[in-house]
Amino acid sequence: MDIFAQQLINGLVLGSIYALVALGYTMVYGILGLINFAHGDITMIGALVALTILQGLAAAGLPAPVLLVVAGGGAMIVCAALGLSIERVAYRPLRRAPRLAPLITAIGVSILLQYSAALVWGKQYIALPKLLEPSAIDIAGAQLTTLQLAIFLLACAIMAALLWFIKTSRMGRAMRATEQNPDVAGLMGVNTNSVIAFTFVLGSAIGAIAGLMIILYYGIGHYFMGFMLGLKAFTAAVLGGIGNVGGAVLGGLLLGVIESLASGYIGDLSGGVLGSNYRDIFAFLVLVLVLVLRPSGLLGQQNGDRA
Amino acid sequence: MNIAALFNDRHYRWFAWGAVVLVLLALPFITEAVLGRSWVRIIAVSLLFVMLALGLNIVVGFAGLLDLGYIAFFAVGAYSYALLASPQFAVHWPFLLLLPLGAAIAAVFGILLGAPTLRLRGDYLAIVTLGFGEIIRVFLNNLNRPVNITNGPQGITLIDPLQMGGFSLAQTHSFAGLTFSPVHNYYFVFLVCAALTIALSLRLQNSRIGRAWVAIRDDELAASAMGINTRNVKLLAFAMGATFGGVAGGLFASFQGFISPESFQLIDSIMVLCMVVLGGMGNVAGVALGAVLLTALPEALRYIGPLQQRWFGGVLVDPADLRMLLFGLALVLMMLLRPEGLWPVRRRQAGKGNADAG
Amino acid sequence: MPADILLAASGICKHFGGLAALSDVSISVRRGEIFGLIGPNGAGKTTLFNVLTGLTVPDVGKLTFDGRRIEGLKPHAVAGHGIARTFQNIRLFGSMTTLENVMLGRHLRSNTGVLGAVFRTRAAVAEELAITRRARELLDYCGLAARADDLARDLPYGDQRRLEIARALATDPQLLALDEPAAGMNATETAALKALLERIREDGITLLLIEHDMKLVMGLSHSVAVLDYGEKIAEGEPEAVQRNPRVIEAYLGSGFA
Repeated sequence: MDIFAQQLINGLVLGSIYALVALGYTMVYGILGLINFAHGDITMIGALVALTILQGLAAAGLPAPVLLVVAGGGAMIVCAALGLSIERVAYRPLRRAPRLAPLITAIGVSILLQYSAALVWGKQYIALPKLLEPSAIDIAGAQLTTLQLAIFLLACAIMAALLWFIKTSRMGRAMRATEQNPDVAGLMGVNTNSVIAFTFVLGSAIGAIAGLMIILYYGIGHYFMGFMLGLKAFTAAVLGGIGNVGGAVLGGLLLGVIESLASGYIGDLSGGVLGSNYRDIFAFLVLVLVLVLRPSGLLGQQNGDRA
Repeated sequence: MNIAALFNDRHYRWFAWGAVVLVLLALPFITEAVLGRSWVRIIAVSLLFVMLALGLNIVVGFAGLLDLGYIAFFAVGAYSYALLASPQFAVHWPFLLLLPLGAAIAAVFGILLGAPTLRLRGDYLAIVTLGFGEIIRVFLNNLNRPVNITNGPQGITLIDPLQMGGFSLAQTHSFAGLTFSPVHNYYFVFLVCAALTIALSLRLQNSRIGRAWVAIRDDELAASAMGINTRNVKLLAFAMGATFGGVAGGLFASFQGFISPESFQLIDSIMVLCMVVLGGMGNVAGVALGAVLLTALPEALRYIGPLQQRWFGGVLVDPADLRMLLFGLALVLMMLLRPEGLWPVRRRQAGKGNADAG
Repeated sequence: MPADILLAASGICKHFGGLAALSDVSISVRRGEIFGLIGPNGAGKTTLFNVLTGLTVPDVGKLTFDGRRIEGLKPHAVAGHGIARTFQNIRLFGSMTTLENVMLGRHLRSNTGVLGAVFRTRAAVAEELAITRRARELLDYCGLAARADDLARDLPYGDQRRLEIARALATDPQLLALDEPAAGMNATETAALKALLERIREDGITLLLIEHDMKLVMGLSHSVAVLDYGEKIAEGEPEAVQRNPRVIEAYLGSGFA
């Protein structure tokens, strides 16, 4: 029972972070039909920028919340700018190109981001300066740290805000319209280019927050951290139904829990043959299973046609 | 003077190709004299990548299936060879058996990994194949407990070189006044293999199967309406591509004498993809050229290290990182400016090939 | 005219979400005839085609072709049984030449595999020559010989439509299903198409065509079926169908019958 509760808590917290990153993937896919391969790396840049700000300001003696807000804000600005530029320079010219081209471009951007980060920050692991005193509460025999709780609550707040925004605001309506039918939306007076740009900015900014959360959670940053995170978040988006914002939330939480439980129990289940070092595979297995068995995901729509 | 015309002209064709063959035969010796033995190794390895790139070309270039996990087949071929020709299991089977065996095992993996992807569209297909590539890599890295199969991150060492009777490619031989070091020996083997791969690719391209692949790439729905069993034909593409990769993998293992999961990362899949895309997807000659360029150029970039030392008094950018940066940039620029590749598929006249080749 | 039924569809139903694209549609196409399928836009004609050729699986219904049940079969299997089709939106293999597109049509009736291709066996070479020869014949037949080495995507519109027909003929079909073959054609091109279709029929192939060009379809067809909102509202000889009040109402609205 101890393992279960602990892994469940860990899974939900991690899953909420996955969900935030997944939102970026799902919004862009919904509106452009493009898998933004570079999204995980944009999150990484956000994480490293936040880390740098925290390192720089740690000596200033400001209270932790202020530091976090500054770091988060800085990361959001950088990521938003990055997302905007990438969309403008690399993706927009290829809107009508055959489907292989934008995907390959996205891979190229991803590599560029990773190695630019290596250039700026080096390839070693970067440690987070000590900011918060760890404190935890006991729930059902498992530990829930205040950090975990804060991350989970903030992530949920962001997700709720986004869902509300998309549902009620004018821009949200424009986003939904563009997603359904860009040409008609354009005819109705929606500036689809602006909407698409906004989608990238929004997704990237949220990704920046997620990056900050990862830094706080694991205590380190690394130029290559975006790869796995991105892949898992993408899996989460697919699991929930790609293009569906609610699906990204559900998928993220679910994937986090699956991954935690599986790596917690895998030793027992496999009689010691497989250990938690196989943790990363679970996301891939989920991805393959979902795409093969139910490609539309949990909340997506079924398409029964071959055509 | 149009060089291409020289190759097409019935009379000069033999001279042109003869010259090419002579240059290729002499290349290792010339290279060694001018650039040193390390460069002989580089051109030998580039020939291996020609095989890999042409294998992926079948999947991506001909059939239009974006495979981001192709290096897994290279790995399968390499490990199949290594496990059966090294102290790992104390088994030392001959290469004549192992190379085809590795190819067959790789083909099986090709079908296994391809089967779940058949109904997926481009982007999903790419991600799933990427996932498979990663799954294989993780297994290779971790199959050392409880039973040591792959020896984990340390890899397999002391792999047998290609040898027959008492003659081993890993020894230096003298012939006709020339010194054939192991690298020279392997170069010639790889040269023959690469040439065979090119010939195979061309034959496949201009065949019933090749047309079926391109039809699927252009319009899968129409292809199936015209009677093509798209499932089987796609699996065949995966299997053929994997076979090329598997053979290359076996050769790689015997050449290096040592393999580890380090050589089979995602970035290597992407690099091979680069070679196909940059060379001109589908164009056999272009892809071969792309493979050579993309293997040799990064090596040339190593000189950037000392160059930076001279210009800036310090190494600002690690050449390995610079190479990756340039790769990323090249991919983006390529898609924006010239998505059809450096050397796009030139229109081959159907039916003419048969009349000429005979 | 021969009386045996080549293609029989009975009780075909297909829903997409809440929309009933086809409701209890039944048609019979006799061997050797030209059968026209007409109806206002959105009536379900292309959906019926997709069902007939295996691209869409019907919810309910029976399909019999040449005595065999074919509902639920995959498209390539349906093609194997002898139904070939063209598409409303023209689906050629753009990066291949005209000749190669037609050669691809011969895939079904040939069997050289990887081994044959790789080793250039005598059988493989002979088959490739036969494929090429037959493809050139078909190009001649459809008036495309001059364009043999042009890329399919570079062809003018009318030639593209004819190439689709040539490619479909290459599969040696018993039934050729054409989805709006005359769309976008002018009077001259349409007349040439009519002549081609009549010639195909004379050479023993049954034709099923969707068309909006009334003059063409009524002039060509022996039988006509009319779909409206997914239901068949009339079937029979062209003159009778044209005068059917329900048909007139479907096209022109009530008040004209």
